[in-house]
Amino acid sequence: MTNESATAESDVEIAIRENHPALITYITAGDPSLEDTKAYVEALDRGGADLIELGLPFSEPIAEGPTIQAAINRALDAGTTPQGFFELVDDLETEAPLLVMTYYNVILQYGPTADVRPFVERAAEAGLSGIIVPDLPAEEADPLRDACDDHGLDLVFIVAPTTEGERLETIMSKASGFAYVQARLGTTGARADVSNATHDSLARLEEYDVSEPRSEARRAQSDGVPKAVGFGVSEGDHAAEIVEAGADGVIVGSALVDIIADHGEGDAPAATDLEAKARELKRGALRGAGGEVPEPEQP
Amino acid sequence: MSKSERNRERDSDPTFGDYGGQYVPEALMPALQELEDAYERYVLENEDGFVDEFRERMRDFGGRPTPLQRADRLSERYDREIYLKREDLVHGGAHKLNNALGQVLLAKYMGKERVIAETGAGQHGTATAMAAAHLDVPCEIYMGRTDVNRQRPNVYRMRMNGAEVNPVDAGSATLKEAINETMRDWATTVERTHYVIGSIVGPHPFPKLVRDFQAVIGREAREQIREQAGRLPDSVVACAGGGSNTMGAFHEFVSDDDVDLVAVEAGGSSLEIDEEEGLAPNSATLSTGTDGVLHGAMTKLLQSGDGQIMESHSVSAGLDYAGVGPELSHLVDTGRVTPVSVDDEDALNGFHRLSRLEGIIPALESSHALGYLERAAGPAAENASSPERSSADSRAGNPRDNGDEPRAESYEDLGDLVVVNVSGRGDKDLETVLEETEKRDLEAAPEVEVFDRD
Ligand SMILES: Cc1ncc(COP(=O)(O)O)c(C=O)c1O
Repeated sequence: MTNESATAESDVEIAIRENHPALITYITAGDPSLEDTKAYVEALDRGGADLIELGLPFSEPIAEGPTIQAAINRALDAGTTPQGFFELVDDLETEAPLLVMTYYNVILQYGPTADVRPFVERAAEAGLSGIIVPDLPAEEADPLRDACDDHGLDLVFIVAPTTEGERLETIMSKASGFAYVQARLGTTGARADVSNATHDSLARLEEYDVSEPRSEARRAQSDGVPKAVGFGVSEGDHAAEIVEAGADGVIVGSALVDIIADHGEGDAPAATDLEAKARELKRGALRGAGGEVPEPEQP
Repeated sequence: MSKSERNRERDSDPTFGDYGGQYVPEALMPALQELEDAYERYVLENEDGFVDEFRERMRDFGGRPTPLQRADRLSERYDREIYLKREDLVHGGAHKLNNALGQVLLAKYMGKERVIAETGAGQHGTATAMAAAHLDVPCEIYMGRTDVNRQRPNVYRMRMNGAEVNPVDAGSATLKEAINETMRDWATTVERTHYVIGSIVGPHPFPKLVRDFQAVIGREAREQIREQAGRLPDSVVACAGGGSNTMGAFHEFVSDDDVDLVAVEAGGSSLEIDEEEGLAPNSATLSTGTDGVLHGAMTKLLQSGDGQIMESHSVSAGLDYAGVGPELSHLVDTGRVTPVSVDDEDALNGFHRLSRLEGIIPALESSHALGYLERAAGPAAENASSPERSSADSRAGNPRDNGDEPRAESYEDLGDLVVVNVSGRGDKDLETVLEETEKRDLEAAPEVEVFDRD
């Protein structure tokens, strides 16, 4: 494995830059089955998702609200394991790069001892482009950061409404791929509006410019990564507002998981609905950028 | 270097060997930094007289110091000197107030408007509710539905003291789920809320903060035993769930190499785990757990090979937790603390024995420490069975046929002078004990029929 990130810009950053403003979608792998997840990921890819986050379930998801917590429980009840998850990713061929979102303990336990490396190796082998870990603050992240660098994977960090000053600096110096800007305090979950905290957070991040491609060397200088906003985004209009406020991308999870929850196992219309929702969100994002918004495709 | 500088250096270290750390969502990190700062200033350096006020309130409101009582009949039964540290006499009925009052007071010094807490047995919730009422701070408590049902008296007490109690239905609806829910609340309201964590668990600085508030147990016990017995004990025995009464009792003895420190965990109905079901019918994390990250810290956990956290079990709600304090994990790895376990049945026998012999009704949590005395030093200890063996029997509800089998493992030699921490009183547990006793033929139990409700 070569250390790609030291020389080349990451898949994730390219995907965001080339599809600006980007749509980033999240669903939980194994909800309601890994087979369904494959169909759903392909639907989101067709619908215009530029990056796809796949949740690898952990039994104690302290950063999630009720919607994703329930999805994680469904996935665990269906017997979803890291092995099954990686086999799914082995099988997936999408235009959008894939990232895994999971909790630190799941990463640590993948190998025979508590160590992050076997997980990262397997993730790279499966073709994943990056990792997001909601319970891993920058202070504890060096082992995973190093392993990701060695395998050319991005490690995405979350910037919270409470993140300011030195902490922000530290996080931005360690982040790669994009900065996950948490739109509001609390847990994940679809909301009816866009929080003011989003605007404040984006304003704090303004100085981290992302107009240029970025290498690991530039990361060391605490240079910017693209900024994507998530937590509560559920509609095209939210996406428009967030992009207008200066985000490079919008992240949508619970609103998609809600669609999955409304359908049963092996239900093809779920994929159709997901694809349509992705289109709505992507159109919203484009509208927010003042760009050209394509007519909705007739199914 | 001054003492306070040394303290600062030592206590700003977020780890205990390989354990500890801060594995939490980013939104909480500034709050942990703020708490670390407050811990150093108020607790370690007594800024604004925090420590003086805390000690005064623990005396006048909390009822400290608690006695170290020589247990005459236990001493006779076990043919050695047994002393009981009476944390059951702290206001509220458990050691939990030492920590709850400390943290609620600290929250006030920090200018927080509201406190939240999780609770298992309800003792920590009760202590937090009492401290919050005493200090006039709004308080909300999260408690697993299973625990709400088995610890009703404490739910009433929390409400009496003006706290809001939120039942949690996820998973097995016990302590682990209550902690998850409290963390979610905290992540939403962190700017104005302090999370009064109930044991030496969670992200740094909680394990150190809670330990320092609880260290009063061992500090008093150390002085008292010297005065009353003329020397340090050969061993200190305490039950371990998260481990706050445990480290509280042990902390002042850690550098006394001649004093053995014995942490008694809940063996539940068996030490075997069911990987398929994700179930550990015990809470013996120190004895059987593996390293991982839960609730903000690297520690020993009951988990599957894939890193999913197991549902734990204990007859006592306060020990029913799949994790344990990182400091205890470290002290176990270095050999300073010996983890042992007794099962539900041993604990119930411990409960009845202390009630009958000494007139003290202990919490089911503390009863594990008392149950261990019988295992290690009781009349049957010479040929008693191993704690592991009883699993199948107690699941089937069969009486233990004591003494028939050779000892499968050796127990700690507790020595001639033993301090046992009675971490709390058992009023909250009476219903559970009646129910569980009726299912079994317990050697130490009184006739239960006399309790039959017409
Ligand atoms: C009386 C009593 N002892 C012990 C415990 C276990 O907690 P810890 O191990 O933190 O002392 C509890 C918890 O609720 C308790 O109520």
